[in-house]
Amino acid sequence: MDKIPILKMGDYLLVTIQVDLYDRLALNLESDLVNMINKHSSKGVLIDISAVNIVDSFMGRILGNIAQMSKILDAHTVVVGMQPAVAITLIELGLPLSGVHTALNVEKGMTLLQEKLFLDSTVIADDTDDNT
Amino acid sequence: MITLNKETIAIKREQDVVFFRNRVNEYAEKIKMGLVNKTKLLTAASELVRNMLIYAKEGKVICEIVTISALQTGIRLTFIDNGPGIADIDKAMTDGYTTGKSLGLGLPGAKRLVNIFDVKTVKGKGTTISITKWKNG
Ligand SMILES: Nc1ncnc2c1ncn2[C@@H]1O[C@H](COP(=O)(O)OP(=O)(O)OP(=O)(O)O)[C@@H](O)[C@H]1O
Ligand SMILES: [Mg+2]
Repeated sequence: MDKIPILKMGDYLLVTIQVDLYDRLALNLESDLVNMINKHSSKGVLIDISAVNIVDSFMGRILGNIAQMSKILDAHTVVVGMQPAVAITLIELGLPLSGVHTALNVEKGMTLLQEKLFLDSTVIADDTDDNT
Repeated sequence: MITLNKETIAIKREQDVVFFRNRVNEYAEKIKMGLVNKTKLLTAASELVRNMLIYAKEGKVICEIVTISALQTGIRLTFIDNGPGIADIDKAMTDGYTTGKSLGLGLPGAKRLVNIFDVKTVKGKGTTISITKWKNG
C-alpha cells in the first residue's frame, strides 16, 4: 500500500505530494494528517503540490477537508506550488478551494504560516491585556 | 471526423484509473497538446471515470486521436458503462446537483473543460459520455 510521507519540523508538518493521487491515497493522507496534528499539537501544515498534475473535484475536496479539520485542531494549512495550468483548470471546473491558503512555493508558504502563528499569539496577548 | 489511433481501456477498480490517466497523458503528449489543454482534458477525464466507478461500478473508455482537418487534431474519450443511467440529465448537468453527498461539479465542470461534450443515457441501461479536446483552442 502506497503512503505519502508526512515530515515533522518543529511545530509544523510538511507534506510533499510526488505522485498523482488516486482516491484512497488522498483519503489516507487526510486521516494521517489529522492524526499527526493531534498527536504533535502541530500549529501548521504545509502541503507541496508542485508535482501534482491533476486536481479534480475529489482532490480539491480533500484539500478543503484537510484545511477545515486542521482549523478545528487549531492549525493552519497552506497549499504551495500549485501549477498554473492546475489553477486555471480548477477555476473552470468551478471548484472553490474555500478555506485553503495558497502560496507560490515552500519558502513563501513557511513565511505565511509563521505570520499566521505570530498573529495568533498577538491576539492571545491582546486578550490578556483586556482582562487586566 | 477521422480516427487516427484507437484503444479501449477497461475500468474496473481504482487502480485502473491511474493507468488510464497515464495513457491519456501519453496520447496528449503524442499530439503535442499544450499543457493547459492537457490538464483540462485529464481533469475532465478524471471526473468522468470516477462517476463511472461510483455510479455504474465499472465500464470502459475508448481513447482516440481524431482529426477534422490538417489543422485540427485532438483527443476523443468515450466513457461507456452499463450502469443505472442518469434519471434527469438536464438536472445532472447543472452545477451543484448530486444524488450523492458531493458537490455535483463533475459533469458540468467536465463539460466546461472540453470542446465537445455529448451524453447519451438510458435509464436502467447505461450511460455513454463522449468528450473531445482539441490540441489548440
Ligand atoms: N455514469 C453515471 N451513471 C449513473 N449516474 C451518473 C453517472 N454519472 C453521473 N451520474 C449522476 O449524475 C449526478 C451528477 O454527477 P456529477 O459528477 O456532476 O456530481 P457528483 O458525482 O454527484 O459530485 P462530484 O462529481 O462533484 O463529486 C450524480 O450525482 C449521479 O446521480
Ligand atoms: Mg462526479
